[in-house]
Amino acid sequence: MNMHHFKLYDFDGGIHPEQNKSQSTQLPITTAKIPQRLILPIAQHIGAPGNPAVKPGDKVLKGQIIAKGEDFVSCNLHAPTSGIVGVIEDREVPHQSGMSATCIEIITDGKDTWIDHQGLDNYLESDAASLIDCIAQAGISGMGGAGFPTHVKASIPASKINTLIINAAECEPYITSDDLLMREYAMDIIKGIEILQRILLPEQCYIGIEDNKPQAIEALQIALKENLDDTHNIHVVVIPTKYPSGGEKQLIQILTGKEVPVAGIPADIGIVCQNVGTVHAIYQAVALGIPLISRITTITGDAVSSPQNYQVLLGTPVTDVLSQANAQPNKVKRLIMGGPMMGFTIASADTPITKTSNCIIAASDQELPDPAMEQACIRCGMCTQACPAQLLPQQLYWFAKSSNLEQAQAHNISDCIECGACSYVCPSNIPLVQYYRFAKGEIKQAKSDKKSSEQAKLRFDIRNARLDRETAEKDAKRKARAEAAAKKQAAKKAAPPATPASGDATAEPSVDTEVLKQKVLAAQTRVDKARERLAMAQEQNLETADALELGLNKQIDKLTAAQKSLEEAKS
Amino acid sequence: MSLILISIFALVALAILFGAILGFAAVRFKVEGNPIVDQLDALLPQTQCGQCSYPGCRPYAQAISEGNEKINKCPPGGESTIAAIADLLGVDPEPLDAEHGEEKDVTLVAVIREDECIGCTKCIQACPVDAILGAAKQMHTVISDECTGCDLCVEPCPVDCIDMIPVGTTMQSWHWPKPAAAQMIATDKVQTI
Repeated sequence: MNMHHFKLYDFDGGIHPEQNKSQSTQLPITTAKIPQRLILPIAQHIGAPGNPAVKPGDKVLKGQIIAKGEDFVSCNLHAPTSGIVGVIEDREVPHQSGMSATCIEIITDGKDTWIDHQGLDNYLESDAASLIDCIAQAGISGMGGAGFPTHVKASIPASKINTLIINAAECEPYITSDDLLMREYAMDIIKGIEILQRILLPEQCYIGIEDNKPQAIEALQIALKENLDDTHNIHVVVIPTKYPSGGEKQLIQILTGKEVPVAGIPADIGIVCQNVGTVHAIYQAVALGIPLISRITTITGDAVSSPQNYQVLLGTPVTDVLSQANAQPNKVKRLIMGGPMMGFTIASADTPITKTSNCIIAASDQELPDPAMEQACIRCGMCTQACPAQLLPQQLYWFAKSSNLEQAQAHNISDCIECGACSYVCPSNIPLVQYYRFAKGEIKQAKSDKKSSEQAKLRFDIRNARLDRETAEKDAKRKARAEAAAKKQAAKKAAPPATPASGDATAEPSVDTEVLKQKVLAAQTRVDKARERLAMAQEQNLETADALELGLNKQIDKLTAAQKSLEEAKS
Repeated sequence: MSLILISIFALVALAILFGAILGFAAVRFKVEGNPIVDQLDALLPQTQCGQCSYPGCRPYAQAISEGNEKINKCPPGGESTIAAIADLLGVDPEPLDAEHGEEKDVTLVAVIREDECIGCTKCIQACPVDAILGAAKQMHTVISDECTGCDLCVEPCPVDCIDMIPVGTTMQSWHWPKPAAAQMIATDKVQTI
C-alpha cells in the first residue's frame, strides 16, 4: 500500500540464474485427479513422526486424522480423500537420502466423502490459544520447503514479536506455485495473515514479493484494498529479483536491515516469518475447517508438454501428476523435487507428493546435464562474492575436504543455508554445497557421539558409585554382626561366674532357645532349597537327581534333629 | 650504608609480599587432581569396554597421564583417538596395538535373543553402563540407546543368547557422504586412458 515510501536493504552476494518460470504460469491452477492409491509418509515435517491412528482395512473419510502428532514438535496427518487404508509399510519417501520410511497407503474410493468439518465461527474474535489449537489440529507445517510445524512457530509469545513477514519471494527458478496461489487466492491469503496477526500481535506485517510476479502483486493489492482499512498495517513490499532473496534470513535482511544472529532464529530479533502457502493453509483450517490435505505443486521441465500448477492431494505419486501434465517418459532424464538450486533428485516416480513438495521438475538431458567434472580450485574468490550469508566458501571448502571440522565450525559452516550460489558461480565446477553438507553431517554426527559418550560416562560413574555404596553397606553389616558376636562372647564370658552365684536359671535357656530357633529356620531353608533343586533336576531328567535326593534326606534329618533340640530346650 | 640497608629491606619486603601472594594463590586456586586426566578422559570414547586392560576409560586415562602407559590401546577409539591423544600430549601417534583388538568400522549394539534368555543376571553384572534390564529368572533386555557396544556382556552369557548387531543408518542419522574426489585435470584423464 505505502510501498513507495518503503526503504529496502540488500544482502551481500546472490546470483541471477535463468528463471524458467514463465513456462508454468500460462495456465491456471488445475485440480489433479484423485489417484487410485495415495501414499502418505507419517513424517512430512520436521520433528517427531506422527503415530498411525488407523489400521489396514479401516475405512477413512476425507479429512479424518490418520496419524497423530503426539509430541509438541510434530504434526497430524489427515486422509486427503475417502477410501480404505491399504498397507502401512516402508516406502520410498521424498528425502535426500533416498531411503524408505513408514507410509500409510490409502486405496481411494473416488467418492471424496468429507468427514464433518467446520471452521471457527468469528475466528477474528477467537483467542490466540484456540486459533493455535486449530492450526495444530489441521497438521499444518511450513510449506516453503523446510516443513517446520506451524503451530510451534505460532506459539512464540506475542510479546516477543514486533514484525510478521510473509515470504512470497519464491526466488528459486522454475517454481511458480506461490505465484499462482497469490494470483488466484489473494483474498484468502490476506485473511490468513489476519489470523496470524490475531495470534502474534505484530506491530507491522510485510509481504515480501519479488518484482517478477506483477500479477500476484496486483492481486494482493486489490485484495488488501477490498478487505481492509489501514489499521491492519499489512504492506506488500516488492523486492528486486535475486536468488536467494526468499531465504528466511535474506528476506528479513532485505525488509528490515536486521540480521538473524548466529545459530539464532528470527524470533530472537522479534520477527516471525511464514510462507505464503502456509498462510493460505492457515486460512483454510481456521475459517473453513479444512486440514492440510492438498497443496499447489508446479509440474514443469522440458520433458513436460503442458507445464502448469496443480492442486494435488498429499500422497499422490509423482507419476500420476506427471502423466496429467503430459510428461514424455522417454525424455525425462532426471526428476527433481523442489527447485534446481536446492531441490533433490528422486529416484522413482512413485515417490509421493508431500506437504513440502512445491515443485517437480521433469528435466531433459539438455536442460540439466550431468555435472561437469570437478576441477582444482583456482582461488578466484567468486564463491565469496556470491555467498548470501557472508561466509568464506573457499575456506570452508578446504576445511570440509580435509575433514577439519573444528575449523569449519570456527568459520561458521552452520550458517550456510545451502543455497548453492557458490557452486553455481564456481568456474571449476566444484560441488561446494555437497562438501558443506558432508561437513555439516559429520559435525552433527560428532556432536551426537559426544553426547552419547558423556551419557555413557555418567552411567558408568553412577554404577561405580552404586557398587561402592553396596560394598560399603555390606562391610558395615558384617562389622555390626562381628561386633554383636563379640559382645555376646563377652557377655557369655561374664555370665558363667554370675549364674551359679545368683541362681538365675532363666537367662541361659532363653539365649539357647534363640540360637536353636535360628538353627531350625536355617535348616528349613536348606531343605526347601534342596527340594527345589531336586524338582528341577527331575524335570530335566538329570543324572544328579539321585545324589540330590540323598542330600535332601540328609537335610531333613538335620531339620528334625534341630527341631527336637529346640523342643527340649523349651521344656 | 643506609642505601644498602634500604635496598635490602625493600627487596626483603617485596619478597615477602610476592611470597604471600603466591602462597595465597597456591591455596586459593589449587587444582584438584591432575587436569590432564580429565582432558584425556574426554578424548576416550567412554565405551568402558576394558579392552585396554584397565577397568574403564578413566583408569586408562589416569595410567596414560602417569606416563607409564602407551596411547595405542583403545580399539573403539581407533586411529582418530590415538591422533587426538598424541596431539594433546605432544607425542608421536602410534598405530593401534592389535593385541587389544581391532578398530571396527560400524557401531555395534548388543541384542538379547529374549526367547533363549534364562534370566541368570550375569550380563547385567557385566554391563559397565547399566544398559541391561532384568531380574533373576526374568527375561533380560538391552536398552539399545544406552548400549556402548563394549562386548562385555557376550562372554559371561551361559547360553550365548547375546548378539552384537551393527547399528543401521536411519533417516535421522543419515547425512550426505563426501563428494567423490575427481581432482584430475580433464586432459590428464584422456591421456591415461
